[in-house]
Amino acid sequence: MTENGFGAAVRRKEDYRFITGRGQYVDDINRPHQLYAHIIRSPIAHGKINKVEVDAAKAVSGVVAVLTGADMAADGIGGLPCAWGVNNKDGSPMVEPGHPPLATECVRYVGDQVAVVLAETRAIARDAAELVDVDFEELPAVADLESASADGAPLVWDDAKGNICFDWEIGDKSATDAAFASADQVVSIDIVNNRLIANAMEPRAAIGDYDVGRDEYTLYTTSQNPHVIRLLMGAFVMAIPEHKLRIIAPDVGGGFGSKICHYAEEAIVTWASRKVCRPVKWTADRSESFVSDAHGRDHITRGELAMSKDGDFLGLRVSTRANLGAYLSTFGPAVPTYLYATLLSGTYKTPAIYAEVKGMFTHTVPVDSYRGAGRPEASFLLERLIDKAAKETGTDPLELRRRNFIQPGDFPYQTPVALEYDTGDYDAAVVKAIELADYANFEKRRKESAARGKLRGVGISTYIEACGIAPSNVAGALGARAGLFEVGTVRVNPTGSVTVLTGSHSHGQGHETTFAQLVVEALGVDFDNVDIVHGDTAKVPFGMGTYGSRSAAVGGVALMNALEKIRTKAKKIAAHLLEASEGDIEFKDGQLSVAGTDRSVAFADVAMAAYVPHNYPLETLEPGLEETAFYDPKNFTFPAGCHICEVEVDPDTGFVEVVKFTAGDDFGRIINPMIVDGQVHGGVTQGIGQALYELCVYDDSGQLLTGSMMDYCLPKADNVPNFAVTTNVTPCTHNVLGVKGCGEAGAIGSPAAVINAILNALSDYNVDNLQMPATPERVWQAMQGNG
Amino acid sequence: MSIKVSFTLNGEAVSAHVASRTLLVEMIRERFGRTGTHVGCDTSQCGACVIHVDGRSVKSCTMLAAQADGTEIVTIEGVAQNGQLHPMQEAFREHHGLQCGFCTPGMIMSALDLVKQNPDPSEKEIREWLEGNLCRCTGYQNIVRAIAAGAEAMKTG
Repeated sequence: MTENGFGAAVRRKEDYRFITGRGQYVDDINRPHQLYAHIIRSPIAHGKINKVEVDAAKAVSGVVAVLTGADMAADGIGGLPCAWGVNNKDGSPMVEPGHPPLATECVRYVGDQVAVVLAETRAIARDAAELVDVDFEELPAVADLESASADGAPLVWDDAKGNICFDWEIGDKSATDAAFASADQVVSIDIVNNRLIANAMEPRAAIGDYDVGRDEYTLYTTSQNPHVIRLLMGAFVMAIPEHKLRIIAPDVGGGFGSKICHYAEEAIVTWASRKVCRPVKWTADRSESFVSDAHGRDHITRGELAMSKDGDFLGLRVSTRANLGAYLSTFGPAVPTYLYATLLSGTYKTPAIYAEVKGMFTHTVPVDSYRGAGRPEASFLLERLIDKAAKETGTDPLELRRRNFIQPGDFPYQTPVALEYDTGDYDAAVVKAIELADYANFEKRRKESAARGKLRGVGISTYIEACGIAPSNVAGALGARAGLFEVGTVRVNPTGSVTVLTGSHSHGQGHETTFAQLVVEALGVDFDNVDIVHGDTAKVPFGMGTYGSRSAAVGGVALMNALEKIRTKAKKIAAHLLEASEGDIEFKDGQLSVAGTDRSVAFADVAMAAYVPHNYPLETLEPGLEETAFYDPKNFTFPAGCHICEVEVDPDTGFVEVVKFTAGDDFGRIINPMIVDGQVHGGVTQGIGQALYELCVYDDSGQLLTGSMMDYCLPKADNVPNFAVTTNVTPCTHNVLGVKGCGEAGAIGSPAAVINAILNALSDYNVDNLQMPATPERVWQAMQGNG
Repeated sequence: MSIKVSFTLNGEAVSAHVASRTLLVEMIRERFGRTGTHVGCDTSQCGACVIHVDGRSVKSCTMLAAQADGTEIVTIEGVAQNGQLHPMQEAFREHHGLQCGFCTPGMIMSALDLVKQNPDPSEKEIREWLEGNLCRCTGYQNIVRAIAAGAEAMKTG
């Protein structure tokens, strides 16, 4: 391992600008003569727009324009597209309603965009917005899955009967029914997977900047995937060809899935900028984020597990209703279907699995990806169900899991729900985790806690996730309306420094460091001579962005493939310079040498020769040293692992404290262990947040009750312990790096471990299920028999 | 109504006429272009906007610019001296106490005030102090380690 190469805990390149306050987030950018946009949003969950009266606002000094949905429609601006189509059981397509960036006839959730005020200052825009009079005719609303499912429920969309967007299935129903018919034991569970809000610390922001002289548009936006935004907004909403539309996603302050989606505000500021021929800037305040960022999770599920008398899993039957919100967000339909039910095999050999999912509309903010996106929901269901099965059958929960693990010799393993796992060793991760967690001595700790009047419990979960959705043609057959490859360009500059252009986007992941490590490893250049460029469609050839833990496994591999092309060309140039045959050139530690001799040339000299080709094989080789690779993976990658949580419950108050948390993960090969540990810490904290603290609450009329950080409980520093993390490596078999991805694992594996731990702590009470978040009140009520 | 507000910003005397309702963070970011101080919420929860006013950590989204008249203000841009990172900044980098970087300026400014008041904070004291600073990326563990290490380095530095 070289000092700054693959596997080293290199300190991050990008940190200097962040720790000195020199980061550049969208709200830090100002364009000359810019206007400020304030978006007027619906205060009601459902209503007909009778009239939008804008004259009084327009008359305010400093207001430049007040634009409505009618203005937008008159300019031919299209609706926000959904990038994944899902079919019903009978093969018919889902209901796919239109989604105008500014509502025209109806509003369908609190926060739905109605009009926009453009003014010289943010304060003037905000003040003038108070004078815009929207005459709504309020209509009945459905704010949750139960009320949306009720007979005669108000409809979000007239053509979505019963508020059903799709009624989808996967797996072999008859084989699964047969497994249940022959089972010795059947265990069932009802799960509510709580609705969450990502709450990246940076609120969303966008600046539209139309250049009338060139008829070109630039959009600065808080996005995880600028090229995807260019594609969706350019082609479907604004009808702007790619060469006239530049998207810049500079430093982005966290995403967690919420910044994947193409949002209305991006189209609004771009269109408004053209309308008034001035740059238009919009920055969400946090209250706005709560009612406009895509929400996550929100499932109601019944799961049943069929087992033999010995505890072998025979079949799994799952029925889920998933809340999609009022409109289809960019990847909304994919999350509770292909990113959820395909993971229901988990780490287990369950021969028959059948799942059906109803995607449902409600009068709430659209629901889309949030860290893990579907996979946490699958993992939570499975791991709660298995723990319940262990309890009901009097089996040790860890042994029940181990008994049913897919074994190392079973790979490649075809699950009954479409995926083919390439590799893994689930028991090895368990062994590492239980050792690190000192699982064997748990009873001793339980007694110590009991002596202090606390109920201590331990909970285990294992998980598997599928990262780097691929290949594109398979994803396309399943409904994806985009490719899922990644792009990397390596530009070796004349003096031997390297600029990498990557389609991956870093918003905390540290690609500027890890991708540079790959370059150091492949070319032997100095770490400080490598720069990673991302987040600008004018600089990076193309890209699909960062989500689904895909950056290393897809973007990193694309970069490696481009580096390999550079190595090949560099060897050709070196062969010419050294008057040797290409096959004799060795490329190591930044030197290209003729094997078995002391003749060599430095990589930087090869680069110079490529750009000053005086002594160069011009007849057979182009000058320059720049290569691009597009990489479309053969399969997903499958990180997996085991999380162990210990909690103490205060029997008087129901208060739960996570006192010990251990993660044993298999992410394949690891580029930078420091960064990977950090990803696990953050993911687990979000998982603990889901398990104990976070809940998005609407009242019956569709008002969001948890609309600020005062009401929506995010984990704070004193809510979480130090985490013990370890890894076991089984390299991915189908990419050259052997990497799998680590970004979401923490949030996928941890919620079930926490809830299982609480139920273990309450083993003397008659509590067999507990919904998230396990607030003190919920826990205390459950202990009183009111669960 | 416009008022004149003057203060010292990272050692430099500055002055501007601003609307009386202008928040201190707006003045710092928009008038003086010091954009390292961030706004992450409207409700004083997140702490991304923490700066020092007369040596105390303050949420600059919750203070009017007018209230800062005549004060000495230090923002994240003023922490490194003569191109040398402050030991607390070094500690955040060394211990991977940041990911997306958005909460980081507020974390560092808050940490500096903690160490001023308590030069040798325990892990528990650090975690409790950070109640007013939210981070969604790190799970806090490496921030806590960084602050402990930064405090230690400040003793010797």
